[in-house]
Amino acid sequence: MNDLIEGRVWTLGPNIDTDQIISGKYLTIIDPEELRKHVFEIALPEFAKGARAGDILVADENFGCGSSREHAPQAMRAIGVGAVVADSFARIFFRNAINLGIPTVEAKGVRAIFEMGDPARIEMRAGRITNVRTGRSVEFPPLPPHLLELLDAGGLVEKVRRELEARRSSAGARA
Amino acid sequence: MTSANGHGATLAEKILARAAGVDRVVPGQIIEGNVDLAMMHEQGAQTVAPFHQMGADKVWDPDRVVIAIDHWVPASTEGAAVLHRILRKFAAETGLTHFYDVGQHGICHQILAENGWVVPGDLAVGTDSHTNMLGAMGAVAAGIGPTEMAAVLALGRLWLKVPASVQIRVRGSFGRGVTAKDLVLRILGEIRTDGATYRSVEYTGSTVSGLSMPERFTICNMTTEMGAKTGMVAPDETTYDYLRPIAKHAMHPLAADADARYERTLDIDVEGMPPMVACPYSPDNVRPLPEVVREHVKIDQAFLGSCTNARIEDLREGAALMKGQKVAPGVRFIVSPASTKIYDQCLHEGIIETFTEAGAVFTNSSCSACFGGNMGILAPDETCASSSNRNFPGRMGAKEARIYLMSPAAVVATAIRGEIADPREML
Repeated sequence: MNDLIEGRVWTLGPNIDTDQIISGKYLTIIDPEELRKHVFEIALPEFAKGARAGDILVADENFGCGSSREHAPQAMRAIGVGAVVADSFARIFFRNAINLGIPTVEAKGVRAIFEMGDPARIEMRAGRITNVRTGRSVEFPPLPPHLLELLDAGGLVEKVRRELEARRSSAGARA
Repeated sequence: MTSANGHGATLAEKILARAAGVDRVVPGQIIEGNVDLAMMHEQGAQTVAPFHQMGADKVWDPDRVVIAIDHWVPASTEGAAVLHRILRKFAAETGLTHFYDVGQHGICHQILAENGWVVPGDLAVGTDSHTNMLGAMGAVAAGIGPTEMAAVLALGRLWLKVPASVQIRVRGSFGRGVTAKDLVLRILGEIRTDGATYRSVEYTGSTVSGLSMPERFTICNMTTEMGAKTGMVAPDETTYDYLRPIAKHAMHPLAADADARYERTLDIDVEGMPPMVACPYSPDNVRPLPEVVREHVKIDQAFLGSCTNARIEDLREGAALMKGQKVAPGVRFIVSPASTKIYDQCLHEGIIETFTEAGAVFTNSSCSACFGGNMGILAPDETCASSSNRNFPGRMGAKEARIYLMSPAAVVATAIRGEIADPREML
C-alpha cells in the first residue's frame, strides 16, 4: 500500500447498506469481474460504468451496514477502487475491505468537504485527507499497526500465506 | 473482580480474554482470538479460493466447523447449485462432516442453536451477519466475511478489536400480544442502526432473565441491525436447560463483573409498551403499531419466516391466530419455518394445515423471502409485512417495494386483515 493515495472522488450518502451496494439477487455470482457490473446499482447507478481504477469512494455515516456479503468490497476491488473513506463504517464491511487489501479509512466530517468528481489526496500514516480542489482537509486517527501491516501485505490472503509458509519452513528446519 | 485499572470486565471482555488466552483485555485492543466454532453458509463457497491461495491444505479442526446451506435450498438457480457443489466438494476434501445438506437443512443460525453447536463462553464466527443470534448462548458470536473465514479455517483464529460494551437493561412485563420482537424493534428505534457499531450489546435486567431461549435469539439476532459486533445474554438456568441435552462441546460459563464498565447503559421499561413496527426503509424507523394501523396500510404480501422469527414458538403463535381465519383476498402469505426440524414439528402439530387451509403457502425451510434473492420477491409498487430483520431499499426485491417489520402475531393479523393490523384486536 502506498502511503499517499490520490484519486477522483465519488460521493455517497449515509447508511448505504450492502443491499444497495450489491443487491441480493446477485449473491450467487462469485466472479468479481461479473460482480463489478452490478456494484451500487441501487445507491449510485452511474458508478459501475463510469468508475476507473484509483477512484476513491467518500461516504457519509455507517457505510456498508447490513449483511456480511463480501461481494460488496470484492466488486470494489475488481474495479480497483483506490480507497474507501467514510464518516463511519459498519463493522463487517470495514473488516472485509481491509482483509481484501482495500485502504479503508474512517474520517469524521469527510463527506462534507467533497463533491462528486473532486480530486482527493489521502496520507495514510499522517492521517489526513485533503480535497485538492478546495484545499480543505480533515484529519483522522491512522489505522493501528496491525491493520497497516495487513494492507502492506496486500490483504489477509497474503498475510496468512506468509505465516503458513514460515510455519512450514520452521517445521522443516526442526525435522 | 476488580482489576488493577479500577473496574471489572464485561461479559464480552471475559469471553475474548479467554479466547486470546490472557487474563484481561480492554476495549480498542487488537487480539488474536482462538475460535470455538466456525459456521459457513453459501457464502462459504467464496472461502475456498482464498483458502487455497493461502497455501492451506487442511482445516484446523473439522469438528469445530459447521456448514449449513440456507439461502437457496434446494438450489433455485444454477448459480446457487454451483455454490452448493463447491461447498460439498470442499467438505469432502477437507473432512468437514458436519454438513447440514438438503433434507437436514435449516437457516444456519437455527441449525447452530438447535444442535447445541455454540455454548457459553464460546467465540463463534459465521459467514452471515446474523451470527449475532448465537450470543444468546452467553457467547461472543459474530459475522465475518469469507476471506476472513478462510484464515479461520487455516489457523483456527482471527484478529479482533475488543469492542466497547453497551448494556441494555430491560424491566417490566410484556402486555398481552406484545413480544420480544416488539422489544428489539423499540430498542432499534432508540439506538438506531449505527447506535452500537463495533460494540458488544449485553442484555440484562429482570425482563431478559425471564425470556425463553427463542425470545433471546430474537433480541440478539437484531443487534446486527444496531451495527453491533455481537449481542448477548449471560448464561443462566434457562440457557443450561436448553443446552444440557444437546451441547456439542464443554461450556465455559462466564458473567460480567458487578463493577464492569459499560460505555453506555440504556434502560428500557416494557410496562405498557404497545407492539412496534419498523417502517420503510430502515429497521430503526420504528413506530408504535397502533399509529400505523390507523393509516390503513394495505399489503400485497405477508412473510412469516427468517432467523429472527420462524421458530416453532413463533409458528404456533401465528397458527393460533390463523386458525379458522382466511388470508385476505389479494394477499400472498408465505410461511417458512427456520429449520427442517421445525417443519416436521409443524407437520405433526397440524400447523401446516392451519396455514394452508387459510390460503397461505407453507414452504420448505430456508431464508425464503427475507433477502430478495430466492422467492417471494416484491415488485416495485408492492408492500410487505414481514417478521424478518431488514427493510432497506431493495431488501426483498424492487428498491421501491415497502417492507414493514413486525412480530409474527402482527404479521398473521395483517395477513388476515389485508392491511397492517394489531394482533391484540384478534386475541
